[in-house]
Amino acid sequence: MSNKKSSLRPRYLKLHAVLVFAFLFAPIIVLVVFSFNQAKSGTDWTGFSTRWYTALKNNDAALQAFRNTLKVAFIATFISTVIGTLAAFALTRFKFRGRSGYSTLIFISLVMPEIVMAVALTAFFRRGIHVELSLWTVIAAHITFCIAFVVVVVKARLTAFDNRLIEAAADLGATPLQGFLRIVLPLAAPGIAAGAMLAFVISLDDVVITTFTSGPGSTTLPLYIFGQLRFGVSPSINALSTIVLVLALFLLTIGGAYSVRASRRGLGAIDATTLG
Amino acid sequence: MSVAEVESPPTPEPETVEPPKGRRRLPDWAAGNLLLLPTSLWFVLLLIIPTILIVGYSLGHRGVIVPIRFSWGSLVWSNYHTALNPDFLPIFWRSIWYAVVATIACVLIGFPLAYWIARFGGRFRNLYLVLVIIPFLTSYLIRMYAWQFILQREGLLNTVLGAIGLGGNHVFLNTNFAVILGLTYGFLPFMVLPLYASIERMDPALVEASYDLGHGKVSTLFRVIIPTVAPGLIAGVLLVFIPAVGDFVTPELLGGVRTQMIGNTIYDQFNSGNNWPLGSAMSVLLMAFILVGVFIYLSRVGDDAL
Repeated sequence: MSNKKSSLRPRYLKLHAVLVFAFLFAPIIVLVVFSFNQAKSGTDWTGFSTRWYTALKNNDAALQAFRNTLKVAFIATFISTVIGTLAAFALTRFKFRGRSGYSTLIFISLVMPEIVMAVALTAFFRRGIHVELSLWTVIAAHITFCIAFVVVVVKARLTAFDNRLIEAAADLGATPLQGFLRIVLPLAAPGIAAGAMLAFVISLDDVVITTFTSGPGSTTLPLYIFGQLRFGVSPSINALSTIVLVLALFLLTIGGAYSVRASRRGLGAIDATTLG
Repeated sequence: MSVAEVESPPTPEPETVEPPKGRRRLPDWAAGNLLLLPTSLWFVLLLIIPTILIVGYSLGHRGVIVPIRFSWGSLVWSNYHTALNPDFLPIFWRSIWYAVVATIACVLIGFPLAYWIARFGGRFRNLYLVLVIIPFLTSYLIRMYAWQFILQREGLLNTVLGAIGLGGNHVFLNTNFAVILGLTYGFLPFMVLPLYASIERMDPALVEASYDLGHGKVSTLFRVIIPTVAPGLIAGVLLVFIPAVGDFVTPELLGGVRTQMIGNTIYDQFNSGNNWPLGSAMSVLLMAFILVGVFIYLSRVGDDAL
């Protein structure tokens, strides 16, 4: 790298990088800034105001949608993380027939376009098993698309995992359950946390599949925003979007901090085990 | 995956006296399938059966009272003929060319960025990566809405252009440009992240060796760097192209009737159009198109590349 003939001169690359970051963040920043605009419409700046935020406090539909979103995201994340983690363990720790077929199935669920999964699920719920669409059908649908993300992320973590640690634990008299709880789980924790966070964020954001699986009263926040957009751009949507952005950033920070800490702890565990 | 296969099985065969009898380890296939059971059941019930249902519906008739009349006795191919007739075929082509252009744009924008972060990012490398990941994890809907806010007729772009004397009454929304811009913006992080992973693993000495052997910059780029990072490039291309071709939100917010993509058309068939068999046939065609891409990918990179 110290070679003065480095492949592409970093000066142009750096300029390019600055421009791309500006491109990535400018629209988001514009949105946030204009959520504090006094004016009812348009992009004329008429003064700073938090009126659109205070107005949201009395917007029952938005508040209800917000509660629904959190409920769906929490339940779907929890269930998909638990069963997805079990699947990831199975796929990395045991050898059996059909394993690669299973990986293909997970890959298919990852590449299936949202709209296709959406119509398949709505057909299944409404005509296949004839259930009323509700918050529970939304949750079931979200679990379906979250599982694959959890499996992939946890699997990546477990693949880098040294199986000899478990053998060592067994040699030292640990039962399989003890080995699992005291060795495997702590080491896999950062991967599980990352998978859960990804599932949560994806669930929080989903529009298409939720549209097709939600019934009356089970509108989520993205659906509410999407519905409002049909009436055009409005500052209260800017304010609502800003709140969602801040919430997501907040979660990312917590998740990031946790996974950094957990991976340090994980490394500590490896040291302790190898030494002890 | 590979590690698990190479590594010796977790149970060492010198089974010492310690494990109490009666607690026999399950064989691998039993333990594996037991752990997979919840996910398997879930996938069978909510992924495989619904998909089969859609394939079946695509061969059914349109109903008058119920959205679909279907019986195994009378399967018809007419929905596929309709899906590929001159009313709808252009929508498929449009979806594909939008996704192709957006993917190319993502490569052109994303490759230099990934290269710079990986090779010249220095100690702020992780910070730059986080800057790529933040948009990737913020709401896609809201990011598209932000562009709608900027591109609309009374939007920020027209205001700015008007202020600097370039005319403030341009039409940006409902154009090919707006939808492709949205797709590029939305999926750019999917390109940068796998490319970064590949470039970061590349040995910088390869580039220097190439120079020492008399290759120029262009030749080094195409004959050394790009072949070396090909797995990341292929992953990035698929990660952008696949969601872009079936996207619904972008054309819905930034496009109009003339820029409809296949995702919007399927949506309409299940809502206002109320033609489930046709919508199902389109879904099957879209899925089949994507699976072909996936299997080409799997055959080239192997299924460990998940």
